[in-house]
Amino acid sequence: MTTAAAPLVAEFRFGLDAPICLTWELTYACNLSCVHCLSSSGRRDPRELTTAECKRVIDELERMQVFYVNIGGGEPTVRPDFWELVDYATAHHVGVKFSTNGVKITPEVASRLAGSDYIDVQISLDGATAEVNDAVRGRGSFATAVRAMQNLAAAGFAGFKLSVVMTRHNVGQLNEFKAIADRFGAQLRITRLRPSGRGADVWTELHPTPAQQRELYDWLVAHGENVLTGDSFFHLAGYGQELPGLNMCGAGRVVCLIDPVGDVYACPFAIHDAFLAGNVRSAAGFAGVWRDSELFADLRRPQSGGACTSCSAFDACQGGCMAAKFFTGLPLDGPDPECVRGFGEAALATADATAAPRPSGDHSHRTAPVPISIGPRPADSGAAASAGLIERSMPDRACDQSPLAGFTPR
Amino acid sequence: MSTKTLDFDLDSAWRLHPQVSVRPERFGALLYHFGTRRLSFLKSRALLTVVSSLDSQPSARAACAGAGIGPAELPAYARALATLAASQMICRKTAS
Repeated sequence: MTTAAAPLVAEFRFGLDAPICLTWELTYACNLSCVHCLSSSGRRDPRELTTAECKRVIDELERMQVFYVNIGGGEPTVRPDFWELVDYATAHHVGVKFSTNGVKITPEVASRLAGSDYIDVQISLDGATAEVNDAVRGRGSFATAVRAMQNLAAAGFAGFKLSVVMTRHNVGQLNEFKAIADRFGAQLRITRLRPSGRGADVWTELHPTPAQQRELYDWLVAHGENVLTGDSFFHLAGYGQELPGLNMCGAGRVVCLIDPVGDVYACPFAIHDAFLAGNVRSAAGFAGVWRDSELFADLRRPQSGGACTSCSAFDACQGGCMAAKFFTGLPLDGPDPECVRGFGEAALATADATAAPRPSGDHSHRTAPVPISIGPRPADSGAAASAGLIERSMPDRACDQSPLAGFTPR
Repeated sequence: MSTKTLDFDLDSAWRLHPQVSVRPERFGALLYHFGTRRLSFLKSRALLTVVSSLDSQPSARAACAGAGIGPAELPAYARALATLAASQMICRKTAS
């Protein structure tokens, strides 16, 4: 009566008063340039929400009783006001789970994080070896993530998450990922690679092969009870057994994304104008977008299964992931590109790949990645800046300041 | 008729766990436990009434009666409360 999800799925399809799972990307700035970045992050956007605007969003989330937000980016911890916002959220009964590559998780930060029940940390790692990880996430990123995990474990932070995007090169490392998580007292979380953001450019080469999808499914069935998946593999339910979690697309129904400039999208993997519901800066705020946007109202109406309706697996897989179809140029009411029955491959073979929609924004670094942190204008820098306690400053005008202004190489 | 033994103590005093937040929804409510970071669901408004009134009632049985739960429905509610107790969403009121 309390936990069986099956009948609730029907309720969830019609949407809830507030999202269960809200992703909030605080900045497009990132010290890395992962080849599959779902938000094409790299450079900060001058229009990003200010500290005060972020706090207003948190106030709204508190009123809406959103239990926790999944904060990401970019690399959220490079925002100078990141810890201030985390403290503000937890003080307002909004829990924070943030994703990081680990760059700012020093021993001091780790101790601080370990002291709060309302903060959870997710360390991103896409290879169980430096060779596999760094090929996707950049040189040195394996070592950075491992150091962060060592610091968290040493600080006594039990049960933080080790988050892995499954690719062709790491499906074979599942047991090794589990071993790494166990070594640091962390919980393994694996999610699906989507053709979103820069991921659109590498999806064809990086997404698991059909044989690997089966391997992944079998591994989840055998070992999955303590492994989180972000409910992202429901397209694999077509193999037979439903995987633990919510087997449905939650976009705009129980899930959404707030991006760094306040735009609200149906899900984190759908940064495209077609899935843009509104902006938190509008008069009615985030709550107004969530409750009244036409796009979300559409998503909450019964959906057509289209060509999939007659397939015996449809009840299990629900046609798969909307974003995966969209960015590979497939119709939204047809099979997922990674359909376990092979209908997606057939559809891709005849689809015009050049006609696939391109992700709307691109904040990628224009050159090779450089280690950056967001700093104030030079006039504001000083002792506070070197202590990492700098106030966030706004550019004079949009596009009038380099996102690297004030950046000091170290 | 199923009269499975209930391992839920209806006559004790119970309360919502202090780390749990409750969000009413059309179908009942969502519960989130900040300590275990687990989400749970209450699938009816009546169950929400029961859970919300645990703290102010001397026993779970009294909370059910106060919410208008009849004897026929009581076993189902006891099972639901047992599940909530197992996941630490509700806990016994201790003499504190």
